[in-house]
Amino acid sequence: MNSRHGGRLQDARGRAGTHAEQTEEVSSPNAPVQGMALERELVEAPDREFTVAARSQWSMVSRRFLRHKLAMISFFVFVAVVLLAFVGGSLWHYNYQGFTNDYSVAPSLKHPFGTDSSSHDMFAQVLRGTQRSLEIALFVALVSTAIGTAYGAIAGYFRGVSDSIMMRIVDLFLTFPVIAVAAILGDQLGPKANGWLWIAIVLAALTWPYVSRVVRGVTLSIREKEYIEAARALGATNRRIIARHVVPNVIGPVIVTVTILVATAILAETALSFIGFGVKAPDTSLGLLVFDGQTAVETRPWLFYFPGFFIIVIALSINFIGDGLRDALDPTQTRVRA
Amino acid sequence: MTASTGVSTSRNNSDGRSNDDALLLVDNLSVGFPTEDGVVHAVRGVSYTLRPREVLGIVGESGSGKSVTSMAVMGLLPKSAQVSGSVRFRNDELLGLSESALAKFRGEHLAMIFQDPMSSLNPVYTVGWQIAEALRAHHDMSKDAAMTRAVELLTTVGIPRAKERANNYPHEFSGGMRQRAVIAIAMANDPDVIIADEPTTALDVTVQAQVLDTLTTARHETGAAMVLITHDLGVVAGQADRVLVMYAGKPVEIGSVDDIFYTPRMPYTLGLLGSLPRLDAGDAERLTPIVGSPPSLINLPPGCPFAPRCPIRQPICDVEEPELRPTTSATHVAACHFSEQLEGKSPADLFQTSVADDVLPEDAGESEQQDRVVRGEETAEQVPGGGQS
Amino acid sequence: MLAYAIRRLLISIPIIIISTFIVFLLVTYSGDPLANLRVKQPIPPPQVFAKYRHQFRLDQPVLERYWHWITGVVHGDFGPSVEGGGTLNIGHELGHRLIVSARLVVAAMVIAAILAVVVGVVSAMKQYSIPDYAFTFTGFLFLSMPLFWFAVLLKEGAIWLNRNAGTSLATIGDSSPTVGAGTWAHFTDAVNHLVLPTIALAMTSYAAWSRFNRASMLEVLSSDYIRLARAKGLSRRRVLVRHALRTALIPFVTVTALDMAAILGATIITERVFQWRGMGTFLLDGITNLDVYVVLAWLLVAALVVIIFNLIADLLYGVLDPRIRYE
Repeated sequence: MNSRHGGRLQDARGRAGTHAEQTEEVSSPNAPVQGMALERELVEAPDREFTVAARSQWSMVSRRFLRHKLAMISFFVFVAVVLLAFVGGSLWHYNYQGFTNDYSVAPSLKHPFGTDSSSHDMFAQVLRGTQRSLEIALFVALVSTAIGTAYGAIAGYFRGVSDSIMMRIVDLFLTFPVIAVAAILGDQLGPKANGWLWIAIVLAALTWPYVSRVVRGVTLSIREKEYIEAARALGATNRRIIARHVVPNVIGPVIVTVTILVATAILAETALSFIGFGVKAPDTSLGLLVFDGQTAVETRPWLFYFPGFFIIVIALSINFIGDGLRDALDPTQTRVRA
Repeated sequence: MTASTGVSTSRNNSDGRSNDDALLLVDNLSVGFPTEDGVVHAVRGVSYTLRPREVLGIVGESGSGKSVTSMAVMGLLPKSAQVSGSVRFRNDELLGLSESALAKFRGEHLAMIFQDPMSSLNPVYTVGWQIAEALRAHHDMSKDAAMTRAVELLTTVGIPRAKERANNYPHEFSGGMRQRAVIAIAMANDPDVIIADEPTTALDVTVQAQVLDTLTTARHETGAAMVLITHDLGVVAGQADRVLVMYAGKPVEIGSVDDIFYTPRMPYTLGLLGSLPRLDAGDAERLTPIVGSPPSLINLPPGCPFAPRCPIRQPICDVEEPELRPTTSATHVAACHFSEQLEGKSPADLFQTSVADDVLPEDAGESEQQDRVVRGEETAEQVPGGGQS
Repeated sequence: MLAYAIRRLLISIPIIIISTFIVFLLVTYSGDPLANLRVKQPIPPPQVFAKYRHQFRLDQPVLERYWHWITGVVHGDFGPSVEGGGTLNIGHELGHRLIVSARLVVAAMVIAAILAVVVGVVSAMKQYSIPDYAFTFTGFLFLSMPLFWFAVLLKEGAIWLNRNAGTSLATIGDSSPTVGAGTWAHFTDAVNHLVLPTIALAMTSYAAWSRFNRASMLEVLSSDYIRLARAKGLSRRRVLVRHALRTALIPFVTVTALDMAAILGATIITERVFQWRGMGTFLLDGITNLDVYVVLAWLLVAALVVIIFNLIADLLYGVLDPRIRYE
């Protein structure tokens, strides 16, 4: 939605160049001023017309994102959490399934997040849960974005009957609460399939319609833009128009949607695991850890707070990254925050 | 109208006129917008006086600061805008007033008409309701009385079957009718000044003349003075008493309509006139475009901002920005180091007719060939590179 | 308008039929209602299996089973339940639980919507002020906080308060088993039990909606007609409420309706944490017990609620926006 003006930006850039050259042209001796008593001085001055360099759309976007402090901090936090979960887990001297002989001890140097009543090291458990939850969330985000983008772009670009039918199907999907349907499918078929992957597939199957709606909306508005009309008038093929004009302008909203989906998927998976229909023991996820820790909020708070904080940190950092991207992609956001 | 009184010149504004009995006095108004690249100096010191019943035309290209100037006068700029200088209505300073204090002036004394009638009216209220609302904002009157007056106003601005039409929503009106409705809102409280910001730009050519007539009606009905902002010199010629030509956020020439049209003293004004089609000139005279575009208003280099596009540019033009100075008379001022050299010059003397704005540089040199293309003696395909544009 | 409403309702019927059929297929093929019976020790005699197979119409083809079910539903028969050896009347239980959950959903939605509008307006008016930053941050925090975690926290917090501050906030169940006589006593008891779950359920919706309202208020505030309204000399308050908020609310109506499915999902989690005997726990128990017709009944009700809410939103949109005309 935000980068719809991309074409215009590029257009402006193209024109700026032409004008600069024309300025030079005017001061060339080929343009004599007839009947003027003035002797024209050829001043080799630097370009006085454009004192600010034109920027490409993407360099502008990345510049704005880099300046978005909260988004940048969130980006590093998120990367740190991902590294910790995927690399840190294997380096940590406790295994998430191993017993430590320390029963229900509070956080210490030895057990930064304490241990549970079965003497599992919580730090190892939380890292493992984070890894699982992230795997599911990233899988859901990638798969449902891919399906949703293709589906929405096709529906929006070709419109007509196919669009109506395709969108009615999407409407149908949207009538059902994701959590409920995922619980039904996950519980019955889950054990037969490969645990976490099955949950990820179910969640992806239920979330792509949301992506397709966003992409279709953007595509519909892009195809009405003058630059598409111009491309068509110049004889560009559908394929070329989609590749050169539609896709680059849809990418922005899609990236923002991906971030939203990662956060949504993390929350959905942990919720499913919490109510007992997601990841199941002996595997673990952050939702399952919170479920196990909920009765111990007062007596052994570390069991409840640490996995919860990890969910919040992941979802919050992703949401801030998404917000930063949205702002960066919005060309109307040129005003300085005052 | 524009003849200077010359009797009581206690204090003169930079347009060469006394400030006494001025209705609206804009003095050294500057507006900057902070952006990522630096501050955009959209308006760089505009001064003008508006007397009762006078019509001041403000002309210039897009981005010359015409609209921003009037928004600043109305106090409608976003909070981030840095506004300095002075805007006085009669004896009241308007700059720096709070929103609620400004509300007393807006509509009641100063009314405004915007460029795009399609988006100027709130889509969820009827046209009559929106006019009645303007009335009730400044007068203690019943809803019914306000509605009756709204219908009268709609009749005045030329809406047929106004009584029924008052109950229509904006989307049920055509563009021209919407602009009339906006004019009716502006007229509602008999303001002293109406600022019309490109009132006809967004409209069909066929409707433009009608809306201009409606504006004249509005002026006569309310007795208001008007600031008419436009990039169309034709509109100014028919409506204005005085003209202010803006370039790069500054007035570059101010004078009576006759001063501006017959004895312009700034190359830019001359260029604008040269790009205006004239029916009386026949086909002997061709249009003379001003090549290039206005400068970016961030980090404006020293010197005259028009210099890069100016045909009579001299070294001094790149160093020193000229001030407004009296030319043919005390009330006709222009900002050009060489304004006296423009005496008796026509646009064609300064600007080339052959160079079109969208011509590629390599083509522009071959002006002879270009001429033939313009005359239609050759098809575009035969010109090298002609197909690219 | 009435004609449009009726037509929309009629269009909804095939949507409901298709969606229920898909749901029916999903549920039928995703689980075996007799699975729990099979693992019983000692293994029940074959007659028992045959009886259940017949009762659950497992001996019929799928299409016939669906037809039986959907016609039964129309007549108020939601099919057999495994609960209580098949004696539980799903329709009756559903009615009771629907009322319990509706209380929670309506209370949470109303509170979330009001808060979201107020906060959205304040944030947009004072963009980049300290309150705006504070609201934005808490909005993001709530958006990123898992509902179950927040609900557990609320519950434990209330238990702590009850013990240390002498309050008597209800932390479990939708009502107390023993309540004094009189409507008033019942009412206060219900409200007491509503407090915590409502806060939990309202949180997520509030976070998303306040962000949405802020954005749409900002968009409206920068529009040409707001500029004209200000140029007319209207008071700041009138510009904000009568012009900006009035138009900004139009898309909000659609957003609340679109969120209905998500809210129903969140209700499941909320009810689980606070141990309510509402629709949410009805579904979860149904899934655990492989109670096919309970799950089907739940999904049917959910689809109906979502469709009806979207219809209401559509009609409301027409009332709020004169540019939309239903003919």
